[in-house]
Amino acid sequence: MNYVFNREQITAIEDILERDLMDLGVHSVFLIDMAGNIIANKGTGEDQHDIYSLAALAAGNFGAVSTMAKLIGEEEFSLLFHRGQKESIHFSKVTNDFLLISIFGKALSLGFLRLKVAEATDKIVPILGS
Amino acid sequence: MAIVNLKKGEVQAKIVYYGPGRGGKTTNLEYLYRKFHDRIKTEMVTIKTHGDRTLFFDFLPIEIGKIKGFDIRIQLYTVPGQVKYDATRRLVLRGADGIVFVADSLVIRRKENVLSLKNLADNLATYRKSLVDVPIVLQYNKRDLEEEGIPLLSLATLEKDLNTQLKAPSFAASAQEGPNVVKTMKKIIVMTMDSLRRDLM
Repeated sequence: MNYVFNREQITAIEDILERDLMDLGVHSVFLIDMAGNIIANKGTGEDQHDIYSLAALAAGNFGAVSTMAKLIGEEEFSLLFHRGQKESIHFSKVTNDFLLISIFGKALSLGFLRLKVAEATDKIVPILGS
Repeated sequence: MAIVNLKKGEVQAKIVYYGPGRGGKTTNLEYLYRKFHDRIKTEMVTIKTHGDRTLFFDFLPIEIGKIKGFDIRIQLYTVPGQVKYDATRRLVLRGADGIVFVADSLVIRRKENVLSLKNLADNLATYRKSLVDVPIVLQYNKRDLEEEGIPLLSLATLEKDLNTQLKAPSFAASAQEGPNVVKTMKKIIVMTMDSLRRDLM
């Protein structure tokens, strides 16, 4: 299945990423599909991440963890998160086909981020389906 | 699963190099990385074991320019070829828009080629797809070894073993030396773009 996103859809998703996550202090956020393609992304411009490689690895990582969950009898793990010294990365499934990846620093608590990611996800789902 | 972004005027598509272990999938991507270094802004990503075998995948994004006004970004992946890595192979195959099957021309690898092609069909089936649904190009690799006197399968034998039913475009190639590596990539990109255009029209 292929996805075509028009200007309005991409703009609406970028606005949600900006208002709900970037304004919160997230350093970089991107919406990707499970094949590792990027649909939308926002960043502070300070960090020059290689976002295409990150997306490919994030999709692979999420797929690997999901398969591990199934092997031990879990439908999925509710939290997928890697903590670094300065930067951390949080994965959230949006739908079966899409993932939201957030990169954030120490100033932001994981709990608050998860809450805001959930809110953003609820807003993004209808746009992806429209 | 290609993504068409009408705001950026960009198409992203995923092409997966599949085939038996030690067949030259990674070597194909390494050659392309060297050849098109000026067009590739990032490092090639590889997830390898200590023994230098592909553990999960290699990843190489290439911008190939514009087609009908759209910037085309192709994401090249390899799967791990070793039999034991079937679960990760299946993950990498997810959302593939085109496939290059890299067959090993060595006589002693004849059975592995056939088994790997069958494994590809089985893994596509888990995504409710078959070999005829996805654009595919066959590459008969390691042809350069013939000059060194190493016994190779004839092209006719490889065609009979792997391409009797598929009738896919095929290339005799050497990923190590370069002949037909770029042609293989160009062919799968053209076929993938044609397939996308048909799907989206």
